[in-house]
Amino acid sequence: MIEWHDQGAVLAVRKHGETSVIVDVFTENHGRHAGVVRGGISRKMTPHLQPGGQVALTWKARIEDQLGSFTFEPIKSRAAAVMNDPMALSALNSITAMLAFALPEREAHSYLYADSMTLLDKLGTDANWPLDYLQWELSMLEELGFGLDLSSCAATGGRDDLIYVSPKSGRAVSRKGAGEWADRMLPLPQCLLGQAPLEYREIQRGMMTTGHFLNRFAAEMGGRPIPVARDRFMDRLGKRAAQEPAPFAG
Amino acid sequence: MDAGRKDIDALIDLMAKLPGLGPRSARRAVLHLIKKRGRLMGPLADAMKAVSENARECVKCGNIGTGTICDICASEKRATGQICIVEDVADLWAMERAAVFRGRYHVLGGTLSALDAIGPEELRIPLLISRVRDEGITEIILALNATIDGQTTAHYIADELSGTCTVTSLAQGVPIGGELDYLDDGTITAALNARKGF
Repeated sequence: MIEWHDQGAVLAVRKHGETSVIVDVFTENHGRHAGVVRGGISRKMTPHLQPGGQVALTWKARIEDQLGSFTFEPIKSRAAAVMNDPMALSALNSITAMLAFALPEREAHSYLYADSMTLLDKLGTDANWPLDYLQWELSMLEELGFGLDLSSCAATGGRDDLIYVSPKSGRAVSRKGAGEWADRMLPLPQCLLGQAPLEYREIQRGMMTTGHFLNRFAAEMGGRPIPVARDRFMDRLGKRAAQEPAPFAG
Repeated sequence: MDAGRKDIDALIDLMAKLPGLGPRSARRAVLHLIKKRGRLMGPLADAMKAVSENARECVKCGNIGTGTICDICASEKRATGQICIVEDVADLWAMERAAVFRGRYHVLGGTLSALDAIGPEELRIPLLISRVRDEGITEIILALNATIDGQTTAHYIADELSGTCTVTSLAQGVPIGGELDYLDDGTITAALNARKGF
């Protein structure tokens, strides 16, 4: 019998038979891992198996390749903190759906795990969490092999006036470096460089850029569509951005 | 398999597919039915046949009844201007058991789910919006489950109906008879956030 102990955040839960569920968890040391939780649809267990919930796990299986089963102890529920905040709730949906979508099973991603847990803890409690969300998507791209390099201009090598991202290389491009190709470039939100305050409009533009590379990743993974939860979060951001005062022209 | 038991075994197989029953308990139930053939099995078979022929979804609310429009939607007494939105028919029946809500219902038939790619079009949300417009609804009560999917759906509906009527939702917190020591921290947080004057 193989057995390990770990902790992680619940990503998704699917009914399995009459009383059990298959839980997909992003664990600290074993990456994204699934297992059966017997009695998982009971009234006692359901509140702890909500997406985003932190649990201490024991996984057991007869052989390594089996689905195996989980027993768990709840550590922290994150649902209550976001349930009354539609934007934070849609962000939590997006985070859990994107992790379940993008990460391979049983492969540890310790940096992304740490970033994900920090972000999940900030949802609905820290005013700057939308910027953290955008940075989290950058971390995820990095982990997936599509990291962006925003340190200097891909064309000139300069570090000033970086306002674009190249859709091909994923490197920052300055206004001067873009030249006549400017209309083909992706936007680089200045809040990502620490040069502008947090604005929902900017986060939304940043997500268009990260979305471009996530779509490229999805295309390489067999063309599966990006989870709609991310689109719904972007819609929420868009609604919030529409309430912001218009930026200065020029 | 004994040829003389073919029909009985077929019945056991079918019964074993019901929720809560396995092959062993299905066999016990069938044996019980056979022993009480006249008093239980015959009437049960008649009732099942009748329901199988007549049961249908109410075209307005999604409740299950035997007519095109269910009794609740047909009743003029329940035209209070309130619609209670529930996820499933079982939730509607649970609300009716409590016998405190005197308005009408709308059964969504599920919740939005990113994992299962269930969007608003797969639920009865467009129908709800047209009901609110056509039936002069003044209040929508969101009685969806206190789960991530349930509340995601609730916020979506609240957004869609924003400005057309009052949108309220069921309170979340300590259940009647619940002891704090046994509650999960999420429920305690929700209960504390929704505290009221005493």
